[in-house]
Amino acid sequence: MLKSVFGRVLRGGSVPFRKDARIKLRDGLVPFNLLTQGSTLKAIGTRYNRAHHAFAVFTACATFVVITAGALVTSNDAGLSVPDWPTSFGYLVKVPHFVGGVRYEWGHRMVAGTLVTLTLAIALWTLLVEKRRWLRWLAVGAFCTVIAQAILGGLTVLLFQPPAVSTAHATVAQTFFCIAVAIALFTGRRWVEEIPRVEFDSGRPSLFTLTLLSIFVVYVQLVLGGMFRHHGMSWWPHVANALIVSFVLAWTAVRALSVYSSIDAVRRPAILMLSLLIAQLCLGFTAFLTRVAWGKNSAQPELPMVMATVSHVAVGALLLATTVILAVQVRRHMVSKQMPVAFGERVPRARRGVTAA
Amino acid sequence: MNRKKWYLVMMAGTLALCGLLVLAGCNKNTEQSSNTTAEQQAPPMAAATPIDPATVATVSGTVKFDGTAPKAAKIDMSQDPACKGSNEAENVMVDSGDLANVFVYVKDGLGSRTFDVPKDPVTLDQQGCKYHPHVLGVMTGQTVDIKNDDQTTHNIHPTPKDNREWNESQPPSSPALEKSFAREEIMLPVKCNQHPWMKMYINVVKNPFYAVTDKSGKYEIKGLPPGDYTIAFVQEKLGEQDQKVTVAAKETKTVDQSFKAGGE
Repeated sequence: MLKSVFGRVLRGGSVPFRKDARIKLRDGLVPFNLLTQGSTLKAIGTRYNRAHHAFAVFTACATFVVITAGALVTSNDAGLSVPDWPTSFGYLVKVPHFVGGVRYEWGHRMVAGTLVTLTLAIALWTLLVEKRRWLRWLAVGAFCTVIAQAILGGLTVLLFQPPAVSTAHATVAQTFFCIAVAIALFTGRRWVEEIPRVEFDSGRPSLFTLTLLSIFVVYVQLVLGGMFRHHGMSWWPHVANALIVSFVLAWTAVRALSVYSSIDAVRRPAILMLSLLIAQLCLGFTAFLTRVAWGKNSAQPELPMVMATVSHVAVGALLLATTVILAVQVRRHMVSKQMPVAFGERVPRARRGVTAA
Repeated sequence: MNRKKWYLVMMAGTLALCGLLVLAGCNKNTEQSSNTTAEQQAPPMAAATPIDPATVATVSGTVKFDGTAPKAAKIDMSQDPACKGSNEAENVMVDSGDLANVFVYVKDGLGSRTFDVPKDPVTLDQQGCKYHPHVLGVMTGQTVDIKNDDQTTHNIHPTPKDNREWNESQPPSSPALEKSFAREEIMLPVKCNQHPWMKMYINVVKNPFYAVTDKSGKYEIKGLPPGDYTIAFVQEKLGEQDQKVTVAAKETKTVDQSFKAGGE
């Protein structure tokens, strides 16, 4: 019966099931809410937890604040204004004289410390209330990532900002942001309660492949930008890769919008990704003008330079997170011959029997 | 032990590891300061080669800037009310064609001569949220006294290529920091990360034959034994220019130099 169901899903047809049907899952027998409209099965093992989701959203927002604060530190050349770590001028929490670069660096440390606490809370909360095993692991991964990020931040200070370490600090920050946003997405009502509408993706390369390629090129761009910002590399590799990023992201967005615009969960991040890409290109150009072209002889970081570069970093983080969301949604809503099942919530792989988590 | 307990044990383990790292970080400060003192000790020097004071020569001159001098970059000190210094950067200081802050030193020609390290320290002062002087010469192993005359905290952060990097904060009215540099290095940048406009350069050389041009572009190097030398003129933005010079016993020689815009 399952093979028959799967075949109908691939063809985009509806799947008539009895509401009391049960399918064997990895963790035992779990009832499915099977609807005749749409084309997929829906696990109801997970319940939407509003408070948990709200806290996950708050943690993701806090991460964005920490990334922006970190960008302010680098743009104001204040990374080493507090020379010790993990203490600040010998104290863990004593507020120092709040002038010059200290306000940026100390402020960054404090919001980052708050974020570590938030991440610990969301990880523990997820472990306690969440039934999806992969999401529990993701929460544990988030906590490990934020600890790794804190250690990288400390190494940046103690080793006097070597470009490789500082760039790793910037890159892991955005990785953590993507994880935080993903947790917020996975705990959301839409994800937990919605019956995902599935389309068959016959394009080559598949849209999912394109989204993975998009994430890869944005990541490379992030590393190149970080290396330039931390004086480990010239500006031109970052600018040259911007052309590749623009091409790949535009290709992905156009494919998503032209073929699968009827799926809200794909259309929305695709539109957002395209908008952020355009904004990011404009901000990148402004940052280049203010910092490289006009600001090379300035005595200190000037306001236009700081505003342009901080906005460029912040929008870059949003762009990467949006690309990750698009990939996740595509994985959830698209099926192809190679990848028929995602997130263990839908029709399981016919060949391997019925498995879901 | 069920899965949830495993997760909790893992989290507790990670937290404990973080705690250890924090403690290690706290201890590192003390370890670092003791290492600092050890590393700053100058390597033992061979006995100085004697120089006959009756034969020494003097090299002096003026360094000029040809062309239109670049406009000094403006400094905005508003982010710290305690900073009330002049608001112009000192990277290319030209007055009526005379170029200040050029480091002039004997780059070559002294052979294997060795020289005593001066016992008197040189002083680097932080005043008006600027470094005084902007360009400093010092011998390897010589003590640099770093003072803070401002009513705000500075941090002193040299970013050398060949010497050990360090970064220390100095609150107002605190005692002078005593530092030295073990290896020769020209135009070693020093900056304050709290006040990003604060930049200066320390030049560490193995011989005492160096000078820095004053506001009228003049310099003087005394006590040079007779011989053939390469005199180097180094400016932070305009680069280095060399001149070959021969000085005879007791000679006073004038060696002028000029820089052009763009470092030519």
